[in-house]
Amino acid sequence: MNYVEDTIAAISTPPGRGGIGIIRISGKESIAIANKIFCMANGRLGDFVLKMPSHTIKYGFIRDLESGEILDECMLTRMDAPNTYTREDIIEINCHGSYAVLRRVLELVFRMGARCAEPGEFTKRAFLNGRIDLSEAEAVIDLINSHTEEARKAAIEQLGGRLSKQIERIRQGLVSVLAEIEVNIDYPEYESELVTADVTMKTLNNVINELEELSKSYRQGRLIREGLKITIAGKPNVGKSSLMNALAGYNRAIVSNIPGTTRDTIEEYIEIDGIPVILTDTAGIRETEDVIEQIGVKKAEEKIQEADIVIYMIDSTEPDIDEKILSINKPLIVVLNKIDIEENYLEDLVKKLRDYDVIETSLTEDIGIKEVFGRIKKYFSEEKIGINTENIITNVRHKNLIDKSLASLKKAVENYNTGMPLDIIAFDIWNGVNTLGEITGASVNEEVLDNIFSRFCLGK
Amino acid sequence: MVNRKGTKLRFIAGEYDVAVIGAGHAGCEAALACAKLGVKTVIFAMNLDSIANMACNPSIGGSAKGQLVREIDALGGAMAKIVDKTAIQIRMLNKGKGPAVQSLRAQIDRRKYQQEMKHVLELTENLDLKQAEIVDIETVEEDGIRRVTHVVTHTGAVYKCKAAIVCTGTFLNGRIIIGDVSYQSGPDGLFPSIRLSDTLRNLGFELIRLKTGTPARVNRRSIDFSNMVPQPGDDEVVPFSFETEVLEIEQVPCWLTHTNIKTKEIILKNIHRSPMYNGTIEGVGPRYCPSLEDKMVRFSDKDRHQVFVEPMGANTEEMYLQGMSSSLPEDVQMEFMRSVEGLENVSVMRPAYAIEYDAIDARVLKLTLESRIVDGLYFAGQINGSSGYEEAAAQGLVAGINCALKLLGKEPLIIDRSEAYIGVLIDDLVTRGTREPYRMMTSASEYRLLLRQDNADERLTEKGYKVGLISEERYAKFKEKYRLVKEELERLSKTHVSPTPSVIEYMEKIGSTPLKSGASLEELLRRPEVEYEDVLKIEELNLKDKGLDYVRRTLPKSVIEQVCINVKYSGYIKLQLQQVEQFRKLEKKLLPEDIDYNEISNLSLEAREKLSKVRPASIGQASRILGVSPADITALYIYLTKRKE
Repeated sequence: MNYVEDTIAAISTPPGRGGIGIIRISGKESIAIANKIFCMANGRLGDFVLKMPSHTIKYGFIRDLESGEILDECMLTRMDAPNTYTREDIIEINCHGSYAVLRRVLELVFRMGARCAEPGEFTKRAFLNGRIDLSEAEAVIDLINSHTEEARKAAIEQLGGRLSKQIERIRQGLVSVLAEIEVNIDYPEYESELVTADVTMKTLNNVINELEELSKSYRQGRLIREGLKITIAGKPNVGKSSLMNALAGYNRAIVSNIPGTTRDTIEEYIEIDGIPVILTDTAGIRETEDVIEQIGVKKAEEKIQEADIVIYMIDSTEPDIDEKILSINKPLIVVLNKIDIEENYLEDLVKKLRDYDVIETSLTEDIGIKEVFGRIKKYFSEEKIGINTENIITNVRHKNLIDKSLASLKKAVENYNTGMPLDIIAFDIWNGVNTLGEITGASVNEEVLDNIFSRFCLGK
Repeated sequence: MVNRKGTKLRFIAGEYDVAVIGAGHAGCEAALACAKLGVKTVIFAMNLDSIANMACNPSIGGSAKGQLVREIDALGGAMAKIVDKTAIQIRMLNKGKGPAVQSLRAQIDRRKYQQEMKHVLELTENLDLKQAEIVDIETVEEDGIRRVTHVVTHTGAVYKCKAAIVCTGTFLNGRIIIGDVSYQSGPDGLFPSIRLSDTLRNLGFELIRLKTGTPARVNRRSIDFSNMVPQPGDDEVVPFSFETEVLEIEQVPCWLTHTNIKTKEIILKNIHRSPMYNGTIEGVGPRYCPSLEDKMVRFSDKDRHQVFVEPMGANTEEMYLQGMSSSLPEDVQMEFMRSVEGLENVSVMRPAYAIEYDAIDARVLKLTLESRIVDGLYFAGQINGSSGYEEAAAQGLVAGINCALKLLGKEPLIIDRSEAYIGVLIDDLVTRGTREPYRMMTSASEYRLLLRQDNADERLTEKGYKVGLISEERYAKFKEKYRLVKEELERLSKTHVSPTPSVIEYMEKIGSTPLKSGASLEELLRRPEVEYEDVLKIEELNLKDKGLDYVRRTLPKSVIEQVCINVKYSGYIKLQLQQVEQFRKLEKKLLPEDIDYNEISNLSLEAREKLSKVRPASIGQASRILGVSPADITALYIYLTKRKE
């Protein structure tokens, strides 16, 4: 593992999205590397990067030295150590071209001496160079993954250390509980001037309640961060792509009436009143012999399993209902489409589906779309009920540690109630405290570090 | 030394392998270990009648300290055996709080303890005792390594030696403070050791100033015990040494009384005369053992504090007033003592005093307690920043063993944090250092459920045997004990009982949930309400119901104890063992001795400084250094991996 000397680079914007892409280079050589490839419109090189002051941005072009070819038009930012994200010299190149161009620029940077950054390596360096603490580092990852404003807000709050502060406060409460028990053990001859066991247990129960709220907030956190997952399912050519387009507000998926056009699943991120939603359009579920399509169908089934809400679309001009989809144990919205066509089985279908949440639509006539939006919002607001905590957990590692700590603390209370001796009760509380400490990095454990850093996404 | 004619007096008085400087609890264990391991040893005491003196409490053991004494015994040290010979009261503390936190505590006949220890030293082969103050440690530098060559006494006697163990306790540059009066002194009216401080400083050791204190000793005849609460010993005494099979002692009680509002008023009225509060004392005292005036100021809402009156021995009327340590002037001491119930007419024999002394920053020591500054120079006891007889003895034993092993060209003995409180103690001192006198507490151990007083033999006898301090005979007995434990555990798990009528009846009687189907004896014993005796009874009843013969097994108590703890706590013991496994992973990642931490550029400046000072043996040890962050540890990893490439 090379670390100190080398310079790393990566595309630090997610692939396939956004009009511009950023290539970030961090390390001792980053300025020199950028200097070699940055030129003016006429291809003239002139140590522009070397001459640039720190924390300024410059317009120019990226040129492949060997071929002389201009790869892209760009804005280049130079930030000198230590006032940078990684506390090393950083160059950021904002490219305007396609993903393919971005890849070519990155390859050029590699040829100039940088190495490909490992997943999360920028953040790892920021962490190693003491710029951020562990929970801050994790929040950065969430920031990158977050798709909407609300999610960004939650991530930024965590970045500011709000979660660390709450965890630390809870931890300190537990430490004081422990102190009470430990004094009892280490100074047995002294009359207890301390709080009684009942008070100690009350403190412990309060902590357990608070941690339980935090743990519950994870689902909420996940919705905020990853978005509500809605999968649109149904037979081919019932109008799934049209619904998706209607919800997304523009033509994203290919709309056609040839069954099986959407052979794979297509995902779209949208916001409904600030609620992040991941819409997935599936290939029509049907028996098929087309190999590519079979893969699509298999994926569709997976997407239905992953979804928070399933929208089952039925063509009201056809009488069939897929009982398999109806039997799924998830919030289900049944959309009866094509009600504008007069020859239909609508009456019959509505009767059969009376136990379900049914919306009648005509996507060509723009009927019922509002209702679909409304139903999604209703579901989301119901999800929010019962969340009452100052922070929302968005990171699965945090949730696991909180749950682990909770299990220890509950065990301690249980052991107290069944009359187990103090050494055993103390053992579980110690474990609970140490586990919480792992969230903010208060206790060291090599596996924790390895685990987190391997989970970091590429770039910042 | 300069004689009256002005010429320097210097003569070679002897030649030894090891010189032990100081004959307190650390020095005695160190010297005994060295001599027993076959290296020629000399031990120096300021006064031979002060060997193994208990300058403070006439008591040994207590929470965590009791565990230390058991561990010292399991490794082959002397303390526990002498306690068993000289105790006038023994109690098991924390009886209801679980086996992991139970500890033995003994009141000791102080004078008898000293005599016993002195006699043990005198009888030991390879060991000479000398009354002298060591004023200089001479060294020579060869091939960049500085090593010990001689120690010099105040009379100019020079002893050639290959190694020295410094155990100066509170003697080093000692100063006693009683109110407005202060003077250079060792503890208990003994001479201080002044010149050795400069020697150590000149060798490059950084000295820190620590402080401790002790209460007054008073005459028993002047105490009214009628309203005090007696604190008796246990009816059935558990000996400190694993080798003491039965112990019968005539137990003497301690007594409990309390300070009151009047005591508080007297102290607060005179607080300006306290050297703690007017700045006379510069040494840092222990927070866990505050003086009475400290308690009054820091816990001002409390109107009463406990005072335990402890006997100093069987052949003396002197009593020790635990809880009344003070550095207030003698007249104030007198006044506040007399405000306490039962002490109205008290006759003080020795006043309370505070004592300041020099200690080293123990972070210059290796885990063997050898210094990295001078090869062959070891340190043990209060000079390392610890407090307590047990802490001192434990370090003395480890320093002595390692010093001898080094001279014999053998591998050192390093006991880690998961193996013993001794390991926790030494690791804490040399890794984290201390700013106040360090007292061993059970909460300092991460693996408390494993480091019990009852299994110290299981944890350490093997090590003591390998080192050479445990006899063949004792080792064989130890092996036999744990063979029986293993055998009985197997038997319990393999023997099943069925719910026959008498079994059902018996279980009902002891308030245990009735058996629905067959169960192993182990499963029964795991129930909190079922004792070992019950299990045997159930086994017997079951066999009788089935018309079979029953032969009762008779096992030693110590075996039954291990069987019960192993069964009842098996789930928790397993969890702790998993934690130990995690811990060992980091301890096994060794850091080479030649690392230049200043060259690892992504370490924080603080980490570089601390790592260079402590020079940890492993990543695990590094992670416990104050000021070294998780980020620094990751950087160290990366450096190590790179180095390997």
